[in-house]
Amino acid sequence: MDQAKITKLEKDSQVKGEAPHSSLFLDTLKYIFRNRSAVLGIIIISILVLIALFASPIATHEPLQSMIGQPGHTGQLPARAPCIHALGCPTTEPQHLMGLDLNARDQFSRIVFGSRESLKVGFLSVTVAIVVGTLLGMVAGFYGGWIDNVIMRMMDVLLAFPSLLLAIAIVTVLGPGLQNALLAIALVSIPQYARLARASVLATREQEYITAVRALGATNRRILFMHVLPNSLTPLIVQGTLGIGGAVLEAAALSFIGLGAQPPQPEWGAMLSEARNRVFTSPHLVFYPGLAIMITVLGFNLFGDGLRDALDPRLNRN
Amino acid sequence: MGSFILRRMVSSIPVLMGILAVTFFLSRAIPGNPCTAIYGERATPALCAAFAVRNGLDRSVPEQFIIYMGRMLTGDLGTSIRFSTPVTALMAERLPVTIELAFTALLFAILLGVPLGIISAYYRNSAIDVGTMIGANIGVSMPVFWLGLMLAYIFGVVLRGTPFALPPSGRLPAGFHAIPFYEAWGWVLEGQTPSQLFTFISRLNILNAILTLNGDLLLNALRHLILPAVAVGTIPMAIIARMTRSSVLETLSQDYVRTARSKGLRELHVVLGHAVRNALLPVVTIIGLNFGLLISGAVLTETIFSLAGVGRTLVDGITSRDYTLVQGFTVVIAVAFVVINLFTDIIYSYLDPRIRLG
Repeated sequence: MDQAKITKLEKDSQVKGEAPHSSLFLDTLKYIFRNRSAVLGIIIISILVLIALFASPIATHEPLQSMIGQPGHTGQLPARAPCIHALGCPTTEPQHLMGLDLNARDQFSRIVFGSRESLKVGFLSVTVAIVVGTLLGMVAGFYGGWIDNVIMRMMDVLLAFPSLLLAIAIVTVLGPGLQNALLAIALVSIPQYARLARASVLATREQEYITAVRALGATNRRILFMHVLPNSLTPLIVQGTLGIGGAVLEAAALSFIGLGAQPPQPEWGAMLSEARNRVFTSPHLVFYPGLAIMITVLGFNLFGDGLRDALDPRLNRN
Repeated sequence: MGSFILRRMVSSIPVLMGILAVTFFLSRAIPGNPCTAIYGERATPALCAAFAVRNGLDRSVPEQFIIYMGRMLTGDLGTSIRFSTPVTALMAERLPVTIELAFTALLFAILLGVPLGIISAYYRNSAIDVGTMIGANIGVSMPVFWLGLMLAYIFGVVLRGTPFALPPSGRLPAGFHAIPFYEAWGWVLEGQTPSQLFTFISRLNILNAILTLNGDLLLNALRHLILPAVAVGTIPMAIIARMTRSSVLETLSQDYVRTARSKGLRELHVVLGHAVRNALLPVVTIIGLNFGLLISGAVLTETIFSLAGVGRTLVDGITSRDYTLVQGFTVVIAVAFVVINLFTDIIYSYLDPRIRLG
């Protein structure tokens, strides 16, 4: 076969192999918006973010203000059941969508402001965990040897504790409070991101394009951050989205046992904790904060699941 | 197989050492002086100096760590500051409550989760499937303690007086005296102190009821267990149902399932004997990994249902700054976690030979 023929064959195969032009980003967006659970998740998360951003205009009252002594409020106020005028509550009584809590504060306003705390803890703790975990995992996977061993055995030890238990122990040392709870949750979830990052680094490290970049004289740092990291991001993003839901749940649990947000801070877990002994007489004080936690976690779980399906290259979408 | 088990056991030794190191470090890092924590206002410098010598606190930190490791390895978890009893004795008393709760919860999760997963995979995209998956999504998103409180409210207050009412707190009705098996069998006379092992077994109410053939005790113990077990088991149930579904979906599309069908096997046999049998492998792992969820669930649920188990004792220990108790309980739970993961790996490698050969 002469040289000209080979060149032509190569050209032909290239033309055939080329897909119609479209960007990866747009494709991904298309898949996400085709996925029903992802869309539902996006809607829930967007509404929550809007509520958190515009908490002041949405809330009907001040979250920390007791209604005792306020105009129109008479009789037994603490833990009063919800009063909604549209649903038949006499208009002579002041309207409180989710009733009053044990200190006669408007529960609806507290729930609205509570969205800020939960979203803050969720986003921040996952961000910290992803950054630290990814760095550790990338270093372990890229350099291998004893560095890998030391880092990953430390991660194994952290994974050996049930995560809530370890978080409880860490907050006990740091002292109760929402910030420390946030740190503890971040610390506890570092290993899962480290493992993910390490696994994808191991998978990409031996690829030919990495060898090519190395042959061009790129430094280790450049290879790690410009070539390995971008190709490892997908599983990290999916895990992170699902992790936000988990972090919100753990923060609520820590607040529930008194180690997270402290009263009178309007935080859903702490609100549940305050009202837990009154569940038989004032169930509305327990029902609404829990419902808020559930919807938030559901939003992130749905979005994370949808994201995973949309980004999974193994799924055939034709 | 033997070499795999051995290798896997050896590899968990550094993790166990790490657990001891972490708990040691955490107990050192807790703010406050243990002497003032125990003696309060009675703590004088002389008393504290004697206390430090007695507990080895005057030695160097590495020395203390070695002593601590030695004590832990011989099963000495120290003495609880608040109860003034050995932590192991407390463990023997409280652990059965948690074990019973965790087992019932796991049983509930498996018995409901696996069939639901199989059915939704088989009738993919049907109303049953969609309903189950929506339920599973909601199930994994619920805070355990909220579910527990709502269940207590619904079955303890709303349904009070109906046949569906269930007791929302405690392990047995007030005043109900369960005769421990060692007394029923005359092994230990009434008033004598039984060994820790006997206490442990007799505090497992269901087991004790079976041992002493006490139907009344069995019924009461089960009735009290339902609500907390459902609360703790719901998240694992949702996870198991999702896992089973996706796993069965995968095996149902395999060639060997088509072969089985084309051989003319009955559909039920094809699904259960071929598809489900192979699909359950990953489900076994998931069940093993759910132990952590069961423990955190127990920690949060026991306080709600007034069950004096490990979780509630631990939370109480934290609020009362009972450091030896917290440290001892944490070590035991973490070690149990490692052991259960080990068993999961071994069972998995037994079911799937590719693991131990790879």
